[in-house]
Amino acid sequence: MSDFLLELRSEEIPARMQAGARASLEKLLREQLSAAGVAVGAITVWSTPRRLALIARDLPQATAAVSEEAKGPRTSAPPQALEGFLRKTGLTQDQLTERDGVWFAITEKPGRATKDVLAEAIPAIVRAFPWPKSQRWGAASISTESLRWVRPLLGIVAILGEDLVETEVGGIASGYATKGHRFHCPGEITIGSVADYQDKLRACHVIVDHVEREGLIRDKAKAAAEAAGLTLVEDEGLVIENAGLTEWPVPLLGRFDPEFLEVPPEVIQLTARTNQKYFICRDADGKLANAFVCTANIEASDGGAGIVAGNRKVLAARLSDARFFWQQDRKVSLADQAKKLERITFHEKLGTVADKVERVAKLARWLVEQGIVKPSPLQGRGLGEGATRDLSERPLSPEGEREELANHAEQAARLCKADLVTEMVGEFPDLQGLMGGYYARAEGLPDAVADAIRDHYKPVGQGDDVPTAPVTVAVALADKLDTLRSFFAIDEKPTGSKDPFALRRAALGIIRLITENGLRLSVGEGELLAFFADRLKVQQKEAGVRHDLIDAVFALGGEDDLVRLLARVHALQAFVGTEDGANLLAGYKRAANILKKEEFAGQPLSYTPEPAEQALIDALASAGPKAAEAVAAEDFAGAMSALATLRAPIDAFFESVTVNDADPAKRSNRLALLDRFRVAVHNVADFSKIEG
Amino acid sequence: MSERAEPLSFQEMILRLHAFWSAQGCLILQPYDMRMGAGTFHPATTLRALGPEPWSAAYVQPCRRPTDGRYGENPNRTQHYYQYQVILKPNPENLQELYLQSLAAIGVDPLAHDIRFVEDDWESPTLGAWGLGWEVWCDGMEVTQFTYFQQIGGFDCKPVAGELTYGLERLAMYIQGKDSMFDLAFNDPKSPRGAVTYGDVFLENERELSKYNFEVADTAALFDGFVKAEAEAQRCIDANIPLAAYDQAIEASHLFNLLQARGVISVQERASYIGRVRDLAKGSCQAWIEKNEARWAQQFPGWTV
Repeated sequence: MSDFLLELRSEEIPARMQAGARASLEKLLREQLSAAGVAVGAITVWSTPRRLALIARDLPQATAAVSEEAKGPRTSAPPQALEGFLRKTGLTQDQLTERDGVWFAITEKPGRATKDVLAEAIPAIVRAFPWPKSQRWGAASISTESLRWVRPLLGIVAILGEDLVETEVGGIASGYATKGHRFHCPGEITIGSVADYQDKLRACHVIVDHVEREGLIRDKAKAAAEAAGLTLVEDEGLVIENAGLTEWPVPLLGRFDPEFLEVPPEVIQLTARTNQKYFICRDADGKLANAFVCTANIEASDGGAGIVAGNRKVLAARLSDARFFWQQDRKVSLADQAKKLERITFHEKLGTVADKVERVAKLARWLVEQGIVKPSPLQGRGLGEGATRDLSERPLSPEGEREELANHAEQAARLCKADLVTEMVGEFPDLQGLMGGYYARAEGLPDAVADAIRDHYKPVGQGDDVPTAPVTVAVALADKLDTLRSFFAIDEKPTGSKDPFALRRAALGIIRLITENGLRLSVGEGELLAFFADRLKVQQKEAGVRHDLIDAVFALGGEDDLVRLLARVHALQAFVGTEDGANLLAGYKRAANILKKEEFAGQPLSYTPEPAEQALIDALASAGPKAAEAVAAEDFAGAMSALATLRAPIDAFFESVTVNDADPAKRSNRLALLDRFRVAVHNVADFSKIEG
Repeated sequence: MSERAEPLSFQEMILRLHAFWSAQGCLILQPYDMRMGAGTFHPATTLRALGPEPWSAAYVQPCRRPTDGRYGENPNRTQHYYQYQVILKPNPENLQELYLQSLAAIGVDPLAHDIRFVEDDWESPTLGAWGLGWEVWCDGMEVTQFTYFQQIGGFDCKPVAGELTYGLERLAMYIQGKDSMFDLAFNDPKSPRGAVTYGDVFLENERELSKYNFEVADTAALFDGFVKAEAEAQRCIDANIPLAAYDQAIEASHLFNLLQARGVISVQERASYIGRVRDLAKGSCQAWIEKNEARWAQQFPGWTV
């Protein structure tokens, strides 16, 4: 048994590709070994920016010999059959073996040295490697058939036990030699085996295990912040990225001019993180501190002072740009910025962003005026959103509150996209909304308006908060409804995996805004309503709501109020879970099947019904209207109780009454009765859609 | 005894880079005499990167990016600046090493400063070109774009060329420890003819050109110029003079940049203008290849487009 070391050394591998590359390397090697019949123990894969390293434990020296047997024609078969078989196998007749009247070609395959298997596997792995993007390079690239790798491949170390696995790919021959840290140890290092690989690299300033580097960055960045009396804002993405950019990570804390803290903290964090890959810190009060932690790749001769100074300067340049934007943008009111939206096309068939804003403003106002979005109950007492109202002011009347809310919603909607033309959002698109909120507050707009501008894109993802402040809800809902309705109107609907205008996300946002705030409105009709039904099923699945129950309620038609729909679905789900519910469902299905078979259409009654028949007639006369009334009053639990009273009569009916009576009048009337039963059940839901 | 050397002046830094790359066998070319947004536009890079013939050159190229003008008020951004451009075809195996040696030649010590190769794939939609590589960071500052060209003008680079683009002002600010590019020492501060800063040379230029680019340039004339350059490029392609056609592509590209700075190109028009410039660049590259491919195929048996 021997351990195998493979190192593929290249120019710097993008940090974001390293995790995928580790997984691919292991997978490809396992495939190669398994195809060759080589058993393997544990496999470990490490990465640095300049190498992928794999260690496979407990490989045999050789694969076992195998005997392969190909069955040929019967010995009694015509000679042509035998000739064909000999041609196929490339053997002569005396090399065949006869068993039970059949010819067999038996090939003894001797075991192969694992070294030879690996020597073939390595070039195959390199050539098949699935990099997200790869390139050609050097003199060989005069042909487009030349080797591709993520960046130029420089060296291969392949050692089984202590023996070199001799191989070659794209002109690069395997060897014992690799290189240490680019600057600390630029010379060659000779590796003896798996046993000394990690330590020899460590001695040459390379920590080859990425997990170890990640831990080191995590701990030392934290310690650097603590030593300065600060708390590091932990960021696992940055830990992994910095580990992917360094072979010898050295976190260093630096300070920036506190005057930059006038810039919103989100801006500082974003530029520090995305542009510079720095961690940020908070002070004892939890506020953003004027400090950053960068991760150098060297143990600098001056202890890192020069590196920190250089990084501080770069960050200062970025922050002064951000501060310049922050100052410039505030010189122009959002209302003036919004005028520039006339120059931005939203969609060629849907006009400019300014056109969209106009639609959203009208819709947001309408949502308030229709009483769909209501003033929050605490508003008017100085405790609601935007508690800026002077307490000495007289509380507004309900009409006054609604009018104020409508005005705020319209105002916020008119300004909500204005930050798209600001310098800051031009530079940092991720800050859309957030910056609008800052600018609105800076120009003295009401907090409720500023909050709505800031949060109107919400909820963005599954885990994102759903706005509850009325102004924000009105704008957020109006914006998304407009998007969805507009794109459906021009027939730009999502298909399969294609959803270029993120309409599924918009629909999900609308569903969450509506359901979590209990908003009562019609979300749409026709295809749009069906689209909502689909999204609702996906979304509610997580909450454990059965999709077939949603179908059962939607199937009745006319339900475009998602709050009412869900209330009914919830009551239904509770009901079908009870014994009464389950039995009623069975009775319903039986009735429906009979009706379907008989292609029934109703007729009047002309004979004396049997007792069970009469009981069902009476129960229906009572339960039908009760269920309908309860549904109208949105008392869905009441509707279910009304249905539950039908369970015993329908069971008894099926027990003792023959539907298909010889008397056509009876038969026809009993079918009519079942039909009424079905109609009564349909007051609540279309039970035919319910599974089980 | 280590003697603390004076940091290099802007011009000395350029001279050292010239000396370094000249010693590596590069031709030292002069800037191309047209207005362009990046050193890559120089025909010594764009056109010479095509075809199988070896080619190694280094040059300084003044770059004009009208929208980056800040009237001389931003210490890091200007509408005119210099790039130091090196192109090596095919790329030598030790291109990274050579590059790091060139940094050492201008006084960057990699054991005192943190040099990093950070993924940054290069793409020029107006040239129909792309490559893989990095931005090189020095203490967190991007000082060089390092690219292995894969395609130019829509054609595969066979072989691949390595391209280095140094941001000269940034490097100089870093080496001299200055916070504003206008404070850079252009020459040796102890020069018998007096110290001259970068600002002495270019600050007024920034103020006037920013005003021209953003406020004054005659947009009707620019639109007209764009259309004429486009027509002229086509005439040159028809006349089988691709180098002349490519000049017109450069011209159209710059006029488009000026129109952008004047804010008269709407978002939806923008893509269409970029497409038109790309067509000119691609057309020039195609004409260049068609004119040379027979000769190339003859000199490099087995080579195909």
